[in-house]
This record gives sequence, C-alpha cells and structure tokens, in this order.
Amino acid sequence: MVEAQQSEAAPEAAAAEAKLTVRDLRIRYGATTVLEGVNLDVRRNEIFGIIGPAGAGKTSFLKCINRMDMFNTNMHADGEITFDGENIRRWANVYELRRRIGVVFPLPVGLPMTIYDNVALAPRLAGTKSKAKLDEIVQRCLERAALWDEVKDRLDSLGSLLSGGQQQRLTIARALSQEPELLMLDEFSIAVDPVTTMKIEDVLKELKQEMTIIMVTNLVQQARRLADRTAFFLDGSCVEVGTTEDFFTGEVSDPRTREYVEGRFG
Amino acid sequence: MFEPTSLNKKNDRIQTAVKAGFGLMTLMLIIPVLIILTMLVYKGGGVISMEFLFTNPTNGMTAGGIFPALLGTIWLVLVALLISVPLGVAAAIYLSEYAPENWLTRVINLAIINLAGVPSIVHALFGVGAFVLFFGFGTSILAASLTLAIMTLPIVIVATKESLEAVPYAFREACWNMGATRWQTIRRVVLPNAISGILTGVILEVSRTSGETAPIMFTGAAFFLPLLPQSVFDQTMALSLHLFVVSTQVPDMPEALPFGVALVLISLVLVLNSISIALRVYLRSKKKW
Repeated sequence: MVEAQQSEAAPEAAAAEAKLTVRDLRIRYGATTVLEGVNLDVRRNEIFGIIGPAGAGKTSFLKCINRMDMFNTNMHADGEITFDGENIRRWANVYELRRRIGVVFPLPVGLPMTIYDNVALAPRLAGTKSKAKLDEIVQRCLERAALWDEVKDRLDSLGSLLSGGQQQRLTIARALSQEPELLMLDEFSIAVDPVTTMKIEDVLKELKQEMTIIMVTNLVQQARRLADRTAFFLDGSCVEVGTTEDFFTGEVSDPRTREYVEGRFG
Repeated sequence: MFEPTSLNKKNDRIQTAVKAGFGLMTLMLIIPVLIILTMLVYKGGGVISMEFLFTNPTNGMTAGGIFPALLGTIWLVLVALLISVPLGVAAAIYLSEYAPENWLTRVINLAIINLAGVPSIVHALFGVGAFVLFFGFGTSILAASLTLAIMTLPIVIVATKESLEAVPYAFREACWNMGATRWQTIRRVVLPNAISGILTGVILEVSRTSGETAPIMFTGAAFFLPLLPQSVFDQTMALSLHLFVVSTQVPDMPEALPFGVALVLISLVLVLNSISIALRVYLRSKKKW
C-alpha cells in the first residue's frame, strides 16, 4: 500500500494516491441544482472533512459517492466520480461498490434486530455463514467501535433499545463489518453526547490507519480536531479545499471560508 | 399559587366529557357482539355435541350433524388462503417496494380499492363465468375458493402494503448502504418488521372468507351432499350456505338447529383466528419486539 501522509507531494503523485476523485460534479433534484462545481480528491488513509452550513449539499454529495442516488428518481448527478481510479458509473456491480463504502448517518439507525444481528448483517449479506467467523467479526467490529465492553453480555438484546450514543457506535460497528475501504460519516455527533463523541473521534483516528474517511460535520472544531484536509461547501457549491491547518491559520483563498471558520456566519 | 384558572377548569371538563363519550361508544361496540353470542349460545348451545359436529345431516337436514358443511368450509377457507395470501403479499411487496411512482401504479392501486368495493354477488357471477365455465373447473372447491380468494385479495394487499409502509425508510436505506439488494433488504429487514401486520390482514380475510355465502353458492357449494369432498375438484357443502338453507329453505326445521350451525360457524372463525393470533404472538416474542 502507498504510504499516506505525503500530502505535500507533487500533484501527479497526489492524484495516484487518491482513493476518490470528483470532477465537475453537479447534483440536481428535478430542475433545482443543489450542488455544482465540486472538484476534489480524497487521498488514501486521510480523514477528509466537509464543513458548511445546512443546505449546502453535503449529504447529497455523500449519496452520489455510493450511488444511493439510484433510489431517488428525481435526483441526477452529472460529472465524474472515481473510486480506486474507476468511474463509479461504470462499476458493473453497484452492490460491491456500496459494500466497500461504509456509511454512518446523523441519526443512529439501530435496526430492530439483536445487537449481534445488526453487526452480522453485512457479512451475512455477503454470504458469510460460519458461526465462528461471524462471532469473530461481531466482536472485532464492536471492539473497534468502542462498544464491546458495554454490550458483550447482552449481544442478543435488541439493538434499537440501546441509548442514542450506543446506537451510533453500533452503526459504526455495522459499517465496519462491511470491511469498507472508505467510511463516510454524515454529522455523526449530532445526536450523541460529548463523551461518546470523543470516544468516536478516538476511534476514527485509529481507523485512519486502515481506511479512508470522509467526515461531514457541522462542527468546525471537530473538523479541526480530526481532518487532515477539509472542504468548505456553501450554498450548493464547493468554495474551497485545503489542508485543515491552512483553514484554521487563515491561509485560505476565499474570504467566506475564513468568515465561516471563525464563526462569523453559518 | 397554581390555582386552576377558569380556562383550565373548562379544558378539564371537556377532557372528562370526551373521555366518557368515547368510552361509551366503545362499550356500545361490544354490546351487539355480546348479544349475538349470548343468543347463539342460549338458543343453539343445546344442539352442539360431538355427534352434531362429526356426522352427516339426516331427515332432510332437520336432524343429524353438520360434518360435511364444517369440513367443506375449512377446505374452502384453506384453499382460498393458499391462493390469495402468496398472491396478495407478492403484489403488495411489488407495489410498496418496487413499483415506480407513475400512472400505471396509481391505476393498479385504484383498481385494488375498487375490487374491495365490488359486491360479493358480482364476484359470484365472475366466478361462474371465469372459473366454472371458462377454465372448466366446474362447480368445485377450486372454483369457489378462487372466487373467494379474488374477493378477499384487496384485504391482504392493503393490510400488507400498510404494514410494509410502516417500516421506517431509514431501515431500508441503512441496508442498501451496506450493499444489500432490494430483495435482501425486504427479506431481512422489511418483512420481519411487517409480519404481524400481514397476519392481521390474514385474520380479517379468514373471517370474511368463512362467512361469505353468495360467492360460493354458484361456484362450488352444494345444497345437500352426503359425500365428503375427495379433492379440490369436488363440490362441497359449506357452513354459511348450510345456515341459509336450514334457516329458510327447509320446512319443519327444529328451532335450535340453525342457531347451532351459526354457533359452529362463529366458533370456527374464532379458532382459525386464534391460530393466526398465536402465530403473531409467537413471531413477536421470538423477535423480542
């Protein structure tokens, strides 16, 4: 695997490192354009933050990446997105694409099945039947999501009965059970207490070693704590992409970015 | 401090009145049911015996048992369920999970609602034309059950659709995001959550099917038939038609007998429903909901 963190390498090298590239992306619902002019690369093993106020098109952007736009006949995406160098529109097996991309939603979605079944669902969908293998996956994913110690004695109680913060970690464990190469988190801390948020942030820093992470967040400081590079979305366009350090030291090209980061609007 | 204002008091009085009024109306629902059951047990309870349940009618149906009719109704209901439940559940899954939002889907949905509004005697005529004559099943259990199945399809479809739609969209999205196909999502997440609603539809259908008379009169149910049906291509007696016959068509009928038949019919519906309810409770307990 390519060594990550060479963020100041030559542009060509950076392109080769890219896990995900987005070129001229434009998303519209019917005749209404919600996002346009998005050009960015997400590099391997980095945490890529996306900040911006509500309605900036952040969630629509995530939906395009794993082609969830297919489920909304009204939603159209133009432009080119590549995952591992291949155009996602040309991935013959869209299910395999989605399996390689884990998603965590703003509100935790504990499926109404046992904690065990929640985490074992993705491997089962992929055809894993062996009880021993499933046990191993469930334990490993729950441990990595910092939930194992709290639930190890009640794996067959209902996942949807856990507290909000636990459910969100369950959702992360479930996403990890897909063994994703890219993890996308959409405002994961919105329904979670600060302690759990910190636990999850620590988890993400660990996970970065193994996978690429895109983190959409409303909390500018969260991006500052976690992201290697950050994109700023505003009113349906991508205003700026840069290293997080530049964002927070004022090394930005667009004054709106500085104003948002400094908390003057949004 | 915290003295109720006159508005508080007024709201309180309205609340009390509404609660009492609605409670009263609920009670009034139970009254007819209780009266019917009491009357049936009081007037018809005397004729119920093992012999009544398990022997043939004799003396021009004025004596003896009702076994052929009882067995016939069970046949009709089970065959009708076997046809309409898979068909209705499949159609409902298609309509709620797969069908695109377009005019055709809307027309189909409208057609289902209309099908529910068609009088049962019209279904009977359709059954004669389609199943008895066109498909050549003759007057048989199969033709009668098919007619009943078509008549009760809307019940199954609407109940199933509503319980599928009650499953939160977020569950489906979470599943699709993991790389599940629509069918995997339906089988592992949507159906297990909708099953008790579907069973409620089946319960309603059982009640409707066992009581209907018109649709089976011309398609498969016989006035009097001492032989038991051997296959779905035979005619059969049925409790509902038998009740009509012994109540109105036979002279010198002992008064208790029709009430006995009605009591057996209602008990049969209760027994069949209890099976579905037990199944529903079992599925829920297994899923720990």
